[in-house]
Amino acid sequence: MELTGAEIFVRSLQDEGVEIIFGYPGGAVLHIYDALYRQDKIQHILTRHEQGATHAADGYARATGKPGVVIVTSGPGATNAVTGIATAYMDSIPMVVFTGQVPTHLIGNDAFQEADNIGITRPCVKHNFLVKDVRDLAETIKKAFYVATTGRPGPVVVDIPKDVTAEKTEYHYPDKVSMRSYNPVHVGHAGQIKRAVRLMLDAKRPMIYTGGGVILGNAAGSLTELARLLGHPVTNTLMGLGAYPATDRQFVGMLGMHGTYEANMAMHHCDVLIAIGARFDDRVTGNIEKFCPNAKIVHVDIDPSSISKNVKVDVPIVGCVDNVLKAMIKLIKGSKQRPDEAALRDWWQQIEDWRSKDCLKYDHDSELIKPQHVLESLYKVTGGDAFVTSDVGQHQMWAAQFYKFDKPRRWINSGGLGTMGFGLPAAMGVQLAYRDETVVCVTGEGSIQMCIQELSTCKQYALPLKIVNLNNGYLGMVRQWQEFFYQGRYAMSYMESLPDFVKLAESYGHAGMKIDKPADVESALAEAMAMKDRLVFMDFITDPAENVYPMIPAGGGQNEMILI
Amino acid sequence: MRHIISILMENEAGALSRVAGLFSARGYNIESLTVAPTEDPSLSRMTLVTRGTDEIIEQITKQLNKLVDVVKLMDMTDGPHIEREMMLTKVRAEGDGREELKRVSDIFRGRIIDVTDKSYTIELTGTGDKLDAFLQALDRALIIEVVRSGVSGIARGERALKL
Ligand SMILES: Cc1cc2nc3c(=O)[nH]c(=O)nc-3n(C[C@H](O)[C@H](O)[C@H](O)COP(=O)(O)OP(=O)(O)OC[C@H]3O[C@@H](n4cnc5c(N)ncnc54)[C@H](O)[C@@H]3O)c2cc1C
Ligand SMILES: Cc1ncc(C[n+]2csc(CCOP(=O)(O)OP(=O)(O)O)c2C)c(N)n1
Ligand SMILES: [Mg+2]
Repeated sequence: MELTGAEIFVRSLQDEGVEIIFGYPGGAVLHIYDALYRQDKIQHILTRHEQGATHAADGYARATGKPGVVIVTSGPGATNAVTGIATAYMDSIPMVVFTGQVPTHLIGNDAFQEADNIGITRPCVKHNFLVKDVRDLAETIKKAFYVATTGRPGPVVVDIPKDVTAEKTEYHYPDKVSMRSYNPVHVGHAGQIKRAVRLMLDAKRPMIYTGGGVILGNAAGSLTELARLLGHPVTNTLMGLGAYPATDRQFVGMLGMHGTYEANMAMHHCDVLIAIGARFDDRVTGNIEKFCPNAKIVHVDIDPSSISKNVKVDVPIVGCVDNVLKAMIKLIKGSKQRPDEAALRDWWQQIEDWRSKDCLKYDHDSELIKPQHVLESLYKVTGGDAFVTSDVGQHQMWAAQFYKFDKPRRWINSGGLGTMGFGLPAAMGVQLAYRDETVVCVTGEGSIQMCIQELSTCKQYALPLKIVNLNNGYLGMVRQWQEFFYQGRYAMSYMESLPDFVKLAESYGHAGMKIDKPADVESALAEAMAMKDRLVFMDFITDPAENVYPMIPAGGGQNEMILI
Repeated sequence: MRHIISILMENEAGALSRVAGLFSARGYNIESLTVAPTEDPSLSRMTLVTRGTDEIIEQITKQLNKLVDVVKLMDMTDGPHIEREMMLTKVRAEGDGREELKRVSDIFRGRIIDVTDKSYTIELTGTGDKLDAFLQALDRALIIEVVRSGVSGIARGERALKL
């Protein structure tokens, strides 16, 4: 039987196993919306802005490991989605975004709501496709999911002209596709793995530095096994938090600009650095000239272009992180050589020395609410077991520093692009994936206003998020830089005319709370968590002058942190 | 160093802009770029001339390989290779000058492929250096128009870029 392109679209998603899509309708995708209306296998979530749809799909993907799926209309629908696509791209998140397009015969005519979606998204997608013939539609959709989810994951855009969704053809969804031009590597080079293991066993001052790749590659279990086998210290990037249990002694905290003193000092002084699924971002390395001056570096990454991009490495291993880690574990278990215990004891002694500086300390006696206190309390009240999404700014750093993630995929934030507005819609995606889990969005009064309209979506789909708004009245991260590096000239970083967030939440049909005394922090959180089936917006009025410490200043090395 | 990178890519709309976009987005330089279909109509072959340190060239080849439309590539400069570029030059050719221009063209093994009573059009093939030398040898004032094809290259001997 012949189906229309719109019907083929829906059938393809069903056959791909898609359960939920996020989107916003418009002229170019009306046939598709009609086909969605006439089925009940896939749930469509109507957000209030296409940016919200992309972040929600992204949050869903980060929490579940499954690709997030989005559909938006042509022109403004597609351009509104671009920030969300770029956000997913920078953090390597698997996502398939369908954009409507004007009918094929009008492409290039400046037609109504026409935009060059392929051209606009090209620099921020893993790949994109324009479907010009309905007979290519099903196979292109299969390819899109294949490319988005394999190798180094990333967003893929499929642009579908309206006439293609009306034309008819036989439906056949391929079981699998192969593309001669796309063959991601899976297993690492055996010889290189052997060299790496020798370095790891010989190391006197080793350091394991892991990133988002361990989460994306579902390798937290193998990482933990390897690290315990070796007894080496472990640090995670902002994207890698949860890949190694944060409450474990061997974990020395996050590294980088706002990482811990002990993590950064250990990086600087190590003799062997084992980088796993991390990409030597400039927020991590600080001044590259001063980076790990005495270390031999092993780097495991699925993307060859991540290797030796910023830092030249000694033992590159291209491969899927879980396979490579398992191969390493096997070699270590089979080897007669054991890690150098005496050397490791001295090394840990040194690390404990650095740790004793207690670099995350803050004033517990303040009359104002300290944001760190809110996050410590949040950790306590949720038993460390919530899904926490975050926006971008100081609150993001404090959440990363103070909420100890023991499991992967629980910490969801925009690291690479640093997109304010990400937190709330991402939390919706997480809650839709895990209806019964506690999902918290840590945000600031600046960030939350960038996608605040999604509070309405939360009402429509009864999403009982817990929003922790660390309201310091400032674009705090900007204010901090202005205080440190611009002699306190606070240009445009003060947030005037803030809304009454409690009333705002209430007007959307949610519960709102305003908390301005340190003594009330924990009880307020507990009260909010107890409201299991309601969204609660907690507006914490925090110390406006608080800064994120420690910090590697611009141009500094990892051993040059500013401590409080 | 100067590198000639040859690329086999899926012959699809937009493939060229992916390569051009990659170079501009990442700030790599392109000296020349040529593209045309191959004997296999599903593939096109692109030849790209660029400059950079070893690290940059390594990133360029990795980033190109990462493009989903790129099937295979080869850095010609890694081994012995032949490099050719074609140039069409239209020159003012009048009076005594006509004989002189013919002689210069012959020295460079050029061919005059179009003639009017006021002009010659000369076709010349060779390495970029040779084409430069030819232009040097001409009186600048006589040059009306120059078209260069950009470099194409092929490896010597058995080494080949094919599927
Ligand atoms: C305000 C702000 C402050 C920040 N401060 C810090 C900071 O102090 N410290 C910090 O760490 N970050 C910080 N960041 C985040 C920073 O910008 C980067 O996003 C982050 O450091 C990158 O993390 P990553 O190296 O783990 O790479 P990711 O972006 O997570 O990349 C993952 C890597 O793993 C590879 N990979 C993917 N899948 C696999 C697989 N299956 N097998 C093998 N490899 C795989 C990929 O190819 C890639 O190279 C900050 C961001 C913001 C917005
Ligand atoms: C979309 C976007 N615009 C601008 C920025 C730059 N920026 C980074 S942090 C920040 C301040 C965020 O303020 P707020 O959400 O109140 O968080 P705080 O730092 O105060 O905790 C700004 C403006 C950004 N990251 N994203
Ligand atoms: Mg703020």
